Amino acid sequence: MSAKRQKRKQPLPAPGEWTFELIEAYHVEIDRVARSYGLDTYPNQIELITSEQMMDAYSSVGMPVNYHHWSFGKSFLQTEKGYRRGQMGLAYEIVINSNPCIAYLMEENTMTMQALVIAHAAYGHNSFFKGNYLFRQWTNADAIVDYLLFARNYLSECEERYGEEEVELLLDSCHALMNVGVDRYKRPAKLSLTKELTRQRERAEYLQSQVNDLWRTLPTQQIKTQAVETRRFPPEPQENLLYFIEKNAPLLEPWQREVVRIVRKIGQYFFPQRQTQVMNEGWATYWHYTLINTLFDEGLLTDSFMMEFLHSHTNVVYQPAYNEPWYRGLNPYALGFAMWQDIRRICEHPTDEDRYWFPDIAGSNWRETFDFAMRNFKDESFIAQFLSPKVMRDFRLFAILDDDHEGKLKVSAIHDEAGYRKVREILSDNYNLGSREPNLQVWNVDLRGDRSLTLRHQAYLRRPLSDAADEVIKHVARLWGFAVKMEVAHEDGRIEVLYERHQDRRKTDKN
Amino acid sequence: MVRIIDRRFDSKNKSAVNRQRFMRRFKGQIREAVADAIAGRSIKDLDNGESVSIPSKDLSEPQFHHGKGGIWETVFTGNDQFSSGDQINRPQGGGGGGSGKGKASKDGEGEDDFVFNLSREEFLDVFFDDLALPNLVKTQLARIQEYKNQRAGFTNDGTPANINVVRSLRGALGRRLALASPYQGRLRELQKQIAELLETRPEDDPEIIRLKDEIGILRAKIEAIPFIDSFDLRYNNRIKIPKPTTQAVMFCIMDVSGSMDEGKKATAKRFFMLLYLFLTRTYEHIEVVFIRHHTVAKEVNEEDFFHSRESGGTVVSSAIELMKEILHQRYLNGAWNVYGAQASDGDNWENDSPHCRELLSTAILPFLQYFAYIEITPGEPQNLWREYEKLVGAHANFAMQHIEGLPDIYPVFRELFKKKLA
Repeated sequence: MSAKRQKRKQPLPAPGEWTFELIEAYHVEIDRVARSYGLDTYPNQIELITSEQMMDAYSSVGMPVNYHHWSFGKSFLQTEKGYRRGQMGLAYEIVINSNPCIAYLMEENTMTMQALVIAHAAYGHNSFFKGNYLFRQWTNADAIVDYLLFARNYLSECEERYGEEEVELLLDSCHALMNVGVDRYKRPAKLSLTKELTRQRERAEYLQSQVNDLWRTLPTQQIKTQAVETRRFPPEPQENLLYFIEKNAPLLEPWQREVVRIVRKIGQYFFPQRQTQVMNEGWATYWHYTLINTLFDEGLLTDSFMMEFLHSHTNVVYQPAYNEPWYRGLNPYALGFAMWQDIRRICEHPTDEDRYWFPDIAGSNWRETFDFAMRNFKDESFIAQFLSPKVMRDFRLFAILDDDHEGKLKVSAIHDEAGYRKVREILSDNYNLGSREPNLQVWNVDLRGDRSLTLRHQAYLRRPLSDAADEVIKHVARLWGFAVKMEVAHEDGRIEVLYERHQDRRKTDKN
Repeated sequence: MVRIIDRRFDSKNKSAVNRQRFMRRFKGQIREAVADAIAGRSIKDLDNGESVSIPSKDLSEPQFHHGKGGIWETVFTGNDQFSSGDQINRPQGGGGGGSGKGKASKDGEGEDDFVFNLSREEFLDVFFDDLALPNLVKTQLARIQEYKNQRAGFTNDGTPANINVVRSLRGALGRRLALASPYQGRLRELQKQIAELLETRPEDDPEIIRLKDEIGILRAKIEAIPFIDSFDLRYNNRIKIPKPTTQAVMFCIMDVSGSMDEGKKATAKRFFMLLYLFLTRTYEHIEVVFIRHHTVAKEVNEEDFFHSRESGGTVVSSAIELMKEILHQRYLNGAWNVYGAQASDGDNWENDSPHCRELLSTAILPFLQYFAYIEITPGEPQNLWREYEKLVGAHANFAMQHIEGLPDIYPVFRELFKKKLA
C-alpha cells in the first residue's frame, strides 16, 4: 500500500470538462478505495446522458424503459418547466436498482461532480441495493429491466388490440391503487422474464375460472352457503387491494388482470425505496464523502477538486431549521449522513453516554457494524435503533403534538435527557409507513347480494382520509365492476360509511 | 468491470409519446386555454407559444392518503425556544412558523393550477385544429399561377442575348479543324516534295513552280473556311417550371364610423388577427392591406387601422371601391391569392348597400379566394347584412357571420373556415 502511495504522487487532473478517459481513471481509483473498505456492489454500468434525457428518465419514474401513460407526460412537463425557469436543478444522477447497476450521469456535470456522483451512486446506492434486506426481498435486480420491457411490450400489445383509451382508463385506475398493492408481511415471488411470459398465458386462462367462485350457482354450493349464514369473503380482511382485485374482480378480462398485475409489480418495486430514504441517501452520502476524502488523503486529488466537492457536499446535507422559510421537513441526506457518521464515531471513539446508550456497538469494529446496520434495517427501525442523543442535540430535534381537539399545539419532547427516547420514538414513527399511510382493508364482498365490495379504513388517532379517497373509490369501482363502499372504523368502535360508488357496467362498456 | 456508455446521442424524445398522450387527454382544457389566450392578446404575441394552465384537480392522480385532522406528532429540527410541555398557538396560514405544517402537506393536493408551455407549433395546431382554407388545394396545386425559369442545357436556336460564346466557339473550332483537314494533309505533302526537289533542282524549276501554285490554291481554300458559321451557334436554354403560389394578400376592411365603438373595433381586430394567423400557416408571404372607412375610405398602416379614432357617417361602398382599385392595380397579375375580410356594424347609408353588393359581385368576388363579412352588432342584422345575404347563394367564396361580442369570435371563425369537403 505504502509503495503504491509513493508512486501515485501525481494527482489526477481535475479540469472543468470531463472526458471518458478521465471518468475511467477516476472510476479505477474510486473502485480501488471502495473495495478496500469492503463495499460489495453489483457491476457498474455508467451512462452519460443529456439534461433532456435526464428529464425523460425523471418522468418515467427513473426507469430506463417504461410503458406509455399520460401521467408520465405530465411529470415531464412539470420537470421541464421547473428546469427551464431555473426553479430547480436536475439531480446530478439517477441510479437504478438493477444488475448491472445503471447510473445515469448528466453531461453538464463537471469532472468533480462526475467523480462525486460515481462514488455516491455507483458505490453508495449500489452497495445498499445489493445488501439491504428490503431490496433483497422485494426487488430482483437481475430481472427488473427485463420485466419493464415485458410490461411495455405487453401494454402496447393491449393498446393495439383493445384501444389506447381502454388501456389508459385501466392504468389510471391501477395507478390510483399503486400504493396499496403490497403485502407488507408476505414476501413476493422473484421475477424473471421467461417465467413471466410463459406463466402469463397460463394465468390468463386459469384465472377466469377461479373468479367464478364469486358467483358459482351450483346447488350444492348454495346449500352450503345458506347453512353458514354469514360466510365472509374474503375470509380475512386483506390489505393488498390491487392483488385482491387482480384475483377476484368478477368482470375483468384476462388481459386487464395482467395489467393490474404489472402495475402492482412495479409499485412493489418502489416499496423498499419509500422505506429506506434516510438510510439509503445517508449511506450513499456517507460513502461519497469517505471515498473522496480517502483519495484526497492519498494525494490523488487537487485542492480545487476538493473545494468544489465540499461545496456540493455541504449543499446536499444542509438542514434548515423549522422556522426558516425553506424548511421542508427533515432532509433525509442530512439526517442519514449524520447518523452514519455518528455510528462510526460511536464505534471508534465512544463516550460514556454512547456506552450507556449503545453498549452493543460502542467500541466495536465500525465496518462490521455498518454492514450489519445497512443490511438489516429500514428507516423506522434504523432510527429507533441508532439515533443517538448526540445527533438529536446536533439537530436540536423537538416533537410537536398536534391534536385537532386541542386549541394549542404542545411540545411533547425535546433534545434533553428526559426527551431523547420520546423524540426518537416519534421520529421513528414518522417514518413508519404503517402510521404514515392510512390503514385500508378489503373488508367484505356481498356475495349473496349485489356483489358490492366494502373497503374499511381503520382509523388511527382520529386521522381521517383525504378527500381524494372519493376519487380513488371511483377507480376501485371501475375495476371491481360493481358498487364499492368505503367505511371508516373509528377507534371507539363506530362504523361509518364514507363513500359509496355504483358502477353501471354497461355504461362504461359503451364509453 | 465497469461499462461506460455514451447515451447522449441516443434518441432524444423518449417522452414524446407520453407528452402527446397528455395533450390528447387534456385537449378540451387546452383548447379552452388557447381560446382564452387569444382573447387577451395582441397580434404580435400570437406568433409565440402559450402557457396553458389546467386546474390541478382535473389532472390529479388520486391516491389514498391521510387528510387534515386527528392527532399527529411530528419531529422538527432547530429548536430555539421550546422545552417540553410548552403550549404554542397554531401557526396561521402556511408560512412562518413551520411547526404543524408537516401533516398538512400530506394530502398532496396543491390548489394551484398546473401550468405548462405549448410550443408555437402546438399552440397553432390546437388553434387551427380541423380548420382549412376553402379551395386551398385547388389554388395551391391545380391553378398554376407562377413560373420559375430554370436552365435546361443548350439549344441550336434562340435570341442573340442567350448565345453561349464558349459553346459556340468550341463548335466553330471543331468544324474548322474537320473541314480543313484534307487540305492540310495535302499541304504538308506538297511542302515535303518541294523541300526534296530543292535539294537537286534550282529554284525556278517548272515542277517546283507548279507545286508552289498548288500550295497557294490550298491555302486559299483553307482560308475560305468561315471562322464561325450560323450553325455553330449555341444558345443557353431556359425553360419555365410551374411553381405553386405561396403568397397571399389579405384585405382588411373596417368601418370606423361613429357607430363602431371601441368594443366592436376590438372584436373586429381579433377577427383580423385570426385570419392573418391562419394565412401565415398556409402562405409563405402575406401582404396585408388595411382599409378603413367612414364616409370616405383610406388605405392606412396597421397602427392607424386599429388605433386612430374617426367618426361620422358610413358609406361602405367607398371602401369596396378602394379595395377594387388596389386589387386591380397591384394584385391581379396572377401571383396572388386574394382574401378579403370586412368588419362592420352593418349600419350603412341605406341607398349604398345595394351598390356594395353590386361591386362585390362583379368586380371583386370573381378574383378572390374568399371573402368573409362579419357583422358586429348586439341586435338585429342591419341593412348591409340583408343585402349581402343575396350574395351567399350566388358565390361559393363568400361567407358572412354575425358576432355579438368577444367570446363569439372563435366559434364564428371556425364556422367561416370550416373544412369544406368539396
